[in-house]
Amino acid sequence: MEATTTTASSTAHLDYVLRIGDSALILGQRLAEWCGHGPVIEEDIALTNTALDLIGQARLLLSHAGHLEGKGRDEDALAFLRAEPGYRNLTICELPNEDFGRTCLRNFLFAAFQMQLWPALADSSDAQLAAIAGKSIKETRYHLQHASDWAVRLGDGTDESQARMQRALDTLWPYTAEFFSPQATDAQAEAAGIGPAWSSLAGAWEQAVLPVLEVATLKVPAATAFLSRGKEGRHSEHMGHLLAEMQYLQRAYPGARW
Amino acid sequence: MSRNEWPLWEVFIRSKGGLDHKHCGSVHAPDARMALTNARDVYTRRMEAVSIWVVRADQIHASDPDAKPEMFDPAEDKIYRHPTFYTLPDEVNHM
Repeated sequence: MEATTTTASSTAHLDYVLRIGDSALILGQRLAEWCGHGPVIEEDIALTNTALDLIGQARLLLSHAGHLEGKGRDEDALAFLRAEPGYRNLTICELPNEDFGRTCLRNFLFAAFQMQLWPALADSSDAQLAAIAGKSIKETRYHLQHASDWAVRLGDGTDESQARMQRALDTLWPYTAEFFSPQATDAQAEAAGIGPAWSSLAGAWEQAVLPVLEVATLKVPAATAFLSRGKEGRHSEHMGHLLAEMQYLQRAYPGARW
Repeated sequence: MSRNEWPLWEVFIRSKGGLDHKHCGSVHAPDARMALTNARDVYTRRMEAVSIWVVRADQIHASDPDAKPEMFDPAEDKIYRHPTFYTLPDEVNHM
């Protein structure tokens, strides 16, 4: 009985860390697609800086996850050699970038979520996770500032930019329900003092997000029953394409280094 | 061809507390707030700065390069303007 409990709790611990690490990894991969395609060179660099911050977070978290798993998998094995159902990222992170406005709006919604998560991990019973959270919050604070700025400029912008941002919000908003959908992992992680149940972050996230959307003149769509399930390993049709590109090199040339 | 481009801002960064802000380049941005974030993203990625100033490039008044002879050349032979004719005590040997 004791052994079963330990296994369930360590599985939840690993799952909890993978969710955070995979979300950073997959959004980092998406943002890297902007490299060389930004609307102006300054924003091209800003988005790829953000991508590199997220991939840096992912490296730390996936290394830690590999250690927790104890099967000898390092950050690269976890990042590049898992099959799709093994990834625990939030679905919103894998959706296509579409235009610059939608990319910024997604960054805004996600950074606002990370901004709730990192402080709540500061006194995690997992000291490594707490340390990663302490380092990452400074990066995320800037991501949130950059993305909020653009959400407001484009939302409260021209007729064209306002319409695009509203369409972006209509598309992205339903995926934010997944941030807070309760899972067994949450209850176990909370009980073990690893981190908060994500459902408990919903109120603070809304308080952070809604005022900015209001200034941006964007209307929050009505709630629906739609619930994405990326953090359970059930991904959208976009994930396979993203992984094919991200994993290609390690699959084609196993162990390649540069 | 007329292009509706964002205005240019000159960027000055201070590399550490106590040192001067030094000109390091320029960015395009619609306003000061974004000029600062753009400068941060373009010029401080490798820990170059602890502080940034941005100034609209069209707010800088510059001397005329063609006026160089009358502006700067006359200082060339005014050697007495350098404080090198004082006898200093030995203890002050780093002036």
